[in-house]
Amino acid sequence: MKNSHALLRPSLLVLAAVLALLPLAMPNNYVIDVAVRIALAAIAAIGLNLLMGFAGQISIGHAAFVAIGAYGSGIVTARFGWPPLAAIAGAAAGAAVVAWLIAKPILRLKGHSLTMATLGLGVIVNIVLINEVDWTGGPDGMPVPPLMVGGFAFAKVLHWYALAAVLLWLSVLLSLNLFDSPAGRALRGLNGSEVAARAMGVDVARFKVRAFVASAVFAAVSGSLAAHYLGFVSPSLAAFSHSVELATMVVLGGMASTFGAVLGAALLTALPQLLGGLHGYEMVFFGLVLMLTMMFLPKGLVPSLALRLRRKV
Amino acid sequence: MQFVFSGLTTGAIYALAALGFSLIYNASGVINFAQGDFLMLGAMVTAALLGAHLPYGLAIAGGVLATVCAGLLLYRLAIKPAGDASVVSLIIITIGASIFIQGVVQIVLGKNQQTLPAFSGDASLRVLGAYVLPQALWVLGTAAVLVALCFAFFRLTLLGKAMLAVAANSLAARAVGIPASRVLQLSFGLSALLGAVAGVVAAPITTTVYDIGLMLGMKGFVAATLGGLGSAGGAVLGGLIVGLLEALMAGYVSSAYKDAVPFVMIVFILLVMPHGLFGARSSDRV
Repeated sequence: MKNSHALLRPSLLVLAAVLALLPLAMPNNYVIDVAVRIALAAIAAIGLNLLMGFAGQISIGHAAFVAIGAYGSGIVTARFGWPPLAAIAGAAAGAAVVAWLIAKPILRLKGHSLTMATLGLGVIVNIVLINEVDWTGGPDGMPVPPLMVGGFAFAKVLHWYALAAVLLWLSVLLSLNLFDSPAGRALRGLNGSEVAARAMGVDVARFKVRAFVASAVFAAVSGSLAAHYLGFVSPSLAAFSHSVELATMVVLGGMASTFGAVLGAALLTALPQLLGGLHGYEMVFFGLVLMLTMMFLPKGLVPSLALRLRRKV
Repeated sequence: MQFVFSGLTTGAIYALAALGFSLIYNASGVINFAQGDFLMLGAMVTAALLGAHLPYGLAIAGGVLATVCAGLLLYRLAIKPAGDASVVSLIIITIGASIFIQGVVQIVLGKNQQTLPAFSGDASLRVLGAYVLPQALWVLGTAAVLVALCFAFFRLTLLGKAMLAVAANSLAARAVGIPASRVLQLSFGLSALLGAVAGVVAAPITTTVYDIGLMLGMKGFVAATLGGLGSAGGAVLGGLIVGLLEALMAGYVSSAYKDAVPFVMIVFILLVMPHGLFGARSSDRV
C-alpha cells in the first residue's frame, strides 16, 4: 500500500496544476463551458465509482440521485426561497437519507438482481418527477434560480469553472482517501472476494451502506450544481439513458479507479462535443462504447494503461 | 372483472418476456438486459414493413426474422467473444446492447410511437360481464401456445435436453459431445424469437416505441424472478401476477403510478423469497 500512496499524492498535485492552468489554454467560453460540464459529470462519476468500484456491482439507476439533488435544490430555492448554498447541502442530505434508507434492503441483493433493483429505483424516481406536477413542473421540468453565495453571483462561466474545479479536486481527494482508508481497502477486498473480506472480520454490510450513501451524496451535489448552472431541471435527469451514461463513464475509465472515472467523464462529455454533437446517435454511441470496453478492455482505460506502464518499468 | 381481464392480457405479455429471460438464463446463467428490446424490435420492424405496404403476414415474418438475427448477432459478436467474462461484465455487455439496439431503431425507424392493426378486428367481445378486445384473446392464446411449445421443447426434444445439460454443467455437457457454444447461440436465437412474437402480438394493444423495451424487459424480469428464474411455468405465473397487480393498481389507486408496482415488487420479492414461487420448496401452492 505504501507504493500506492507514493503514486497517489503527486497525482493530486498534478491534477491541481492541470485544473489551475487549464483556463489559460481555453480559447473561449464554449470550451470553458464544456470543461464545467466535464467537472460536474466527473463528480457524479467519482461517486458512482465508489459504489461500482468498491462493491463490484453495477448500478444503472444512479441518475436517480443526480435528479434528487437537482430537483431538491431547485424546489427549495424556487418554491421556498432557500439560499442556494443551503439548498445544495439540504439536497445532498436528502439524497443521503434516501440512500441510507434503501441501502440495507438493496445491497443484500447481488449481481443482476441488484442491477435490476437500481434500475427500478431510477424508473420510480423518474415516474415521481413526471407525475408530481405541482412540485416538479411535470414533464416540462422547472426553472432553477442562479447560484448566489453571500452577495456574490456566479454569473460568468469562469466563476463556474473555478467552483467546479475546486469541487472536482476535493472529490478526487475524498475518493482517493476513501479507497485508501482501512475501510476502503476492506471494501476493495470485496471486489475480489466478499467471503474473504468477511472472514477477515470486515463488516461488509456496513461498508457497503457507507459506499452507497457516499456515492449518492456525490451524485446529488453534482446534480444540484448542474441545476443551478443550467438554470433548469427536467425529468430526463433521472432517465435510464442518463444512468447508463454515468455507468459508461465509470466502466470506460476503469472500475475502482478514481482517475478513471474522471477520464471517463471527460471523454464521454467532450467527444460528443468534438464530433459536433451526436444528433440522436447518443444511444448507439454509448451502447457501443459500453460493449466494446467490456469485450476488449474489461478493466477500463486507466487501470489497463497503468498496468502497461508498470510492466515497461 | 374488467381489471382482471386487462391484467391477464398484460400479464401474458410479461409472461412471454419472462420466458425469454428464463431461456437464456437457463442456458447461460446470463440475464439478458436486451430481452425487452427484442419485443420492441419485432414490433417496430413489423410496423415499418407494414408501412412499406407489405402484407401483414409477411411483415410479421420479417419482424420476427430481423429480431432473431439480432439475437444471434448479439451472442456471436458480443457475448461469445467476451469468453469467460464475469457475470457483471456480461450484464454490462447486454445493457450496452440494449441501449445500442434502441439507438439504432431510433435512427432507422424513427422516434414516433407505432401501432399495429389488431389481428381480427377491434369490436370488443363481452365475456363474463367485461369487455374484451379480440386482440387480448390473441395474446393469451399465443402465450399459451408458446409456453406449451417451450415445455415440450425442453422435455421431449434432444436439443432441449442438450440445452438443459449445458445449463446444468457446461463442461460436462461438452465432455459428452454437446456443442455448448452452438446451444448457447440457439438459446439467444430462441429467446429473440419468443420476444419478437410477443412484441408483435402485443403491439396492437400496447403500441410500440423505441424505448418501450426497457419497461417490458423490466417487468418481464420481475415476472421471471417472482416465478423463480429458469422455471417456465413460474415465468408464466409470475407474468400473470405482475399484470394483475398492475391492473388493479391502475384501476383502484392511481394509473400514473402503475408502472412503479413491479419495481417496488422486485425488491420485495428478491428479499422475501429470492428463489421465487417455484424455486422454494415451501411454497408449492400452485
